[in-house]
Amino acid sequence: MSARHAARLWAAQRLTAAVLAVCVAVHLVTIIYAVRGGLSAGEILGRTRGSYGWGAFYATFVLAAAVHGAIGLRTIAHEWLGIEGDLLELGMTVAGVALTILGLRAVFAVVGA
Amino acid sequence: MSDLEVRVWRGGADGRFETFRVARRASQTVLDVVTHIQRHLDTTLSYRFACRVGMCGSCAMTVNGAPRWTCRTHVDKVAADGRLEIGPLGNFPIVKDLVADMREFFDKWAAARGQFKGGATRGEPFARVEPTSVARREADAGIECIGCGVCYSACDVVKWNRDYLGPAALNRAWTLVNDARDVGQAERLAAVAGDAGCHSCHTMMSCTVHCPKQLSPTRSIAGLKRATFKLALLAEDGA
Repeated sequence: MSARHAARLWAAQRLTAAVLAVCVAVHLVTIIYAVRGGLSAGEILGRTRGSYGWGAFYATFVLAAAVHGAIGLRTIAHEWLGIEGDLLELGMTVAGVALTILGLRAVFAVVGA
Repeated sequence: MSDLEVRVWRGGADGRFETFRVARRASQTVLDVVTHIQRHLDTTLSYRFACRVGMCGSCAMTVNGAPRWTCRTHVDKVAADGRLEIGPLGNFPIVKDLVADMREFFDKWAAARGQFKGGATRGEPFARVEPTSVARREADAGIECIGCGVCYSACDVVKWNRDYLGPAALNRAWTLVNDARDVGQAERLAAVAGDAGCHSCHTMMSCTVHCPKQLSPTRSIAGLKRATFKLALLAEDGA
């Protein structure tokens, strides 16, 4: 792996960590707020459906988690499974793309009409 | 004073602990115990030491599970119950008994471009380095390393990833990154980046906790991460 690639992955993981810190805090506060007096699908969808704000927030959350998680999985695959080289980079990319698709699909499901 | 029960590693990687009884004395160090065993109980015991006063860094061993300088470790501090277990430094190949093979450790210093590379000639004036400058202070913070290998032995990333350069080599590289006279920075930063370098550090700080000189290789490694990132922003090629 080139020094440049390593430094970029490091920076991407730190930057997405900063984004996730805010996103997780907002998400947790929302959960606590939402479960007052019971939790129902109707109540959640009532808040999220058609909301560009929540859609943008959770899309950002998903993208940050996908980048952050994929780089973290790359480290685990390298240290614990001994995977190296192109396979390591491919695995990271596949994990990142899969997390993005799955996450955005969920965002569309709760935001779409 | 009661006797100490001392378990000492004998043989190579497939060796075993052998138990000795050593008289406990006031102000006794772990190195005193090992020396007593070698001189009076079993002359075939191999171990390494030189200065006996914490300057050379050659007597580091694993004492009751932790890497330490044996010359600066008082028995009272680590063997309250009268038991000592002394082995060679972990994460190093064993030569014999308490002697670790340091070759890989120092080869990694070289791989991390731990050598000073000057660009000036004899005809040029001395470089002026302001003692209070940030770079000089960063270099000062790590420069007292004497290469004892305690941090390398304490590091879990070294255990998991045999290619990892380790805290001491990266700390050395960081002191040179902050040396205004050195002209080998691009090669050095390329050498210390990546899965074998600073980006593999998990910031668990075992090196910093165990360093007998109270240095912080973790801090140095964090500095290398920042420096390699700056280089990556500036670099046009794939270095």
